Amino acid sequence: MQPLALDVAHMLAGGLVLVSFMLLYQDRMFGLLNIFALHAVVLSLSIAWQAYVQNAPHLFIPGAIALILKGIIIPVALHRVVVKLGIHREIETVGGIGPTMLAGIGLVALSMVVMLRATAAADPLARQDLAFALSVILLGLLMMVTRRNAVSQVVGFLSIENGLILAATGAKGMPLVVEISVAFSVIVAFIVIGVFLFRIRERFDTVDLQALDEFRGERQ
Amino acid sequence: MAVGAVLTCVAALLALAGVGVIAQSRSGASRLVYSACLALCGVILAVALSRLVAAPGPEPALTLPVGLPWIGARFRIDALTAFFLAVINFGAAAASLYALGYGEHEEHPGRVLPFYPAFLAGMNLVVLADDAFSFLVAWEFMSLASWALVVAHHREADNVRAGYIYLLMASFGTLMLLLAFGLLAGPAGSYAFGDIRAAEHAEWLAGLVLLLALVGTGSKAGLVPLHVWLPLAHPAAPSHVSALMSGVMTKVAVYGFVRITFDLLGTPSWWWGLAVLGLGSLTAVLGVLYALMQRDLKRLLAYSTVENVGIIFIGLGLALAFKASGLAAPAALALTAALFHVLNHSFFKSLLFFGAGAVLTSTGERDIEKLGGLIRRMPQVAFLFLGGCLAISALPPLNGFVSEWLLFQAILLSPDLPQWGLKLTIPAAGAMLALAAALSAACFVRAFGITFLGRPRSMEAQAAVETDPLSRAGMFLLLAACLVAGILPGVVIDAIAPVVEAQVGLKMPPQTSNAWLSIIPIAESRSSYNGLLVFSFIVFSTLLAVEVIHRFASRALRRAAPWDCGYPQPSPVTQYTADSFAQPIRRVFGEIAFLARERVEMPPPGDARPARLEVRMHDLVWQVLYAPIQGWIQLGAEKLNHLQFLTIRRYLSLVFLALVALLLMVAIWP
Repeated sequence: MQPLALDVAHMLAGGLVLVSFMLLYQDRMFGLLNIFALHAVVLSLSIAWQAYVQNAPHLFIPGAIALILKGIIIPVALHRVVVKLGIHREIETVGGIGPTMLAGIGLVALSMVVMLRATAAADPLARQDLAFALSVILLGLLMMVTRRNAVSQVVGFLSIENGLILAATGAKGMPLVVEISVAFSVIVAFIVIGVFLFRIRERFDTVDLQALDEFRGERQ
Repeated sequence: MAVGAVLTCVAALLALAGVGVIAQSRSGASRLVYSACLALCGVILAVALSRLVAAPGPEPALTLPVGLPWIGARFRIDALTAFFLAVINFGAAAASLYALGYGEHEEHPGRVLPFYPAFLAGMNLVVLADDAFSFLVAWEFMSLASWALVVAHHREADNVRAGYIYLLMASFGTLMLLLAFGLLAGPAGSYAFGDIRAAEHAEWLAGLVLLLALVGTGSKAGLVPLHVWLPLAHPAAPSHVSALMSGVMTKVAVYGFVRITFDLLGTPSWWWGLAVLGLGSLTAVLGVLYALMQRDLKRLLAYSTVENVGIIFIGLGLALAFKASGLAAPAALALTAALFHVLNHSFFKSLLFFGAGAVLTSTGERDIEKLGGLIRRMPQVAFLFLGGCLAISALPPLNGFVSEWLLFQAILLSPDLPQWGLKLTIPAAGAMLALAAALSAACFVRAFGITFLGRPRSMEAQAAVETDPLSRAGMFLLLAACLVAGILPGVVIDAIAPVVEAQVGLKMPPQTSNAWLSIIPIAESRSSYNGLLVFSFIVFSTLLAVEVIHRFASRALRRAAPWDCGYPQPSPVTQYTADSFAQPIRRVFGEIAFLARERVEMPPPGDARPARLEVRMHDLVWQVLYAPIQGWIQLGAEKLNHLQFLTIRRYLSLVFLALVALLLMVAIWP
């Protein structure tokens, strides 16, 4: 049972990292949203597996929240936002897809090195989980940095949240309230960002952040 | 226990600061505060002197449960502390006595009274501290209290700028000391001086600490090129505080340097002496050159403080060099000379600042070009100021001569040193010292002559009146101290002996047992000096001359037109001025030391305008060192200003890159 548990947890967390790379690779808005839904589904699977392995049924609650909120509601809502704003064009990236992917690979390697060294004494299940979680967070940050469009920055932000939840559920004995509150903080962030998106659009007729910068009259 | 008694007095001084806040400008408040300060400083002085003379064995440190939790604050009195306590509190007592009279002229006593006792308490605490933490806290407390006194007259032009520069330099100095103590305490973090003394320090670390201590204490003492705040801040304060800052606070800085380098650091390397000596001789010569050019009397005195600090550091550098080579006897001589000069300078510099303060209250002028002829209107102040000038110009039989003579004796022993680097440079330092002494004499001839002699150059100088008796009492006390230390140097040397023995392991031979109170620093065949003999000779020859003149000269009264020196106009403008006195020296040194440029503007023939001679002088140190630093900071601020206007994505990228860099550090760090 134990080797299998480790392997499956490993596979699901690794899958999350892989989906993060798919997010980085996407250059269409709807594709991005679909992949993000996939990201959430893989996350909820991972949480569910952790709940099963750790014999902690309360973990199913954040898993369900992740699945419903991030897997269904947020992608659908974002989908509608994109349609409403009419921005389903190509996503403008900074510095090309190829270099970004290479940088992402570097970040994953970095987080592996850091985490495996820092947690040498920890439980192997948690160790792998933490390393993958850090990779997901760094990839989400990388996405926020390399995209100009506000919607894709929101997606990057939400994928960072996913990484945090992965880390929180991977560690044994984390209180439920932490996991739940992390899960719910996402919805708050989503609402705030959604409101802002419409406000920005109302004001500047675009959600391309470059236009905002030009409006502020500042350098690139 | 002595340390307990002293700490009680310090606590009383702090309480007195509170009284100063409450009493503010009520009548009698300044009298109350200053007389209480006088009494408390007298008590501390008595304790310190008894400790110095009786020299009992080492006393345990007293730990008070204040400051850092579980560590507390340690205080201890050893010989070095006792000596500096005596210096501080004698100067403070004299200043308090003087301020009993001078303080009555203060326009806003509420701005001075609370900080004056606090300043005294701070200086006492610095020398009492026995761990790095309380030392630094007391040091910073002293700086802040003196800063408050510097900006007491903040509405006068330039005083706020002086205060700002002082605050900057003081913080810089404290930062350096903080780093020095951090290095000394090491990773274990034992900040008690006893632990630091017992620990072994690597040679590179000790060298680094020496440089940090030199910069840290040097910025407070006024070593060139860290002296820039001193001539601005010292004159800005009320005169009795100027006297304390110049005469006493710079000595607290010297204490800090001696404590760190001689006491805490262990055996010195030979190059330490070279560094201290070089900086000291540069300071001495540049300080006196600047002093010679000043027209502001108090600023002149402040620059002269820079010079004297240089002389003290020459002595300390010599002592370090001798100690490094294991020559304990010459090291003891050099350290004695330096400490003797510490004492002397606290006497005569306080005296001179008191004199400048008396002139200031009487005429409202600090510009010596607007004074003159004061000897007839303020004869006693003139006499006292003259005494101070003689002492600081190192003329026998006053005290300034003894310490500089001892210093030269130590310099003459430099051929005993094994290092050629030192053998060749110490005579050069001696030459610099001699030059500084000569220029200092010229400087004070100028200061005294232009201020007190000749005819008044302004209405204010004409209307000057003698200052109050209490101020004069403070000055008389200091002049008497100068005379006693000059005539009986053996007593002072023997009192310093335990201090020197604790620092270099050997003391000078006892001097009080010598015949006729002469002092013999090395051997009788080599050199000796008898202050009493010189003094008696001067007294007898003067009396004889007076007698001879009165007896044999004609008693007939003659009236004749005075020689007009070739100036038929009787205007006081035709007198010799301060600038004309300084002109030859400005010609010689000015082009390099001050980047001085003279320009003569001759009107063409037929034009009725007067010809003009314009002299422009710049502060070399300011231009070479501080102006570029200022420029770089400005440039850096301008460049960093762009960071205020980045896009959100760029800010995110900065955060991201910082995170990645930190993670990389974690990954690479062994």
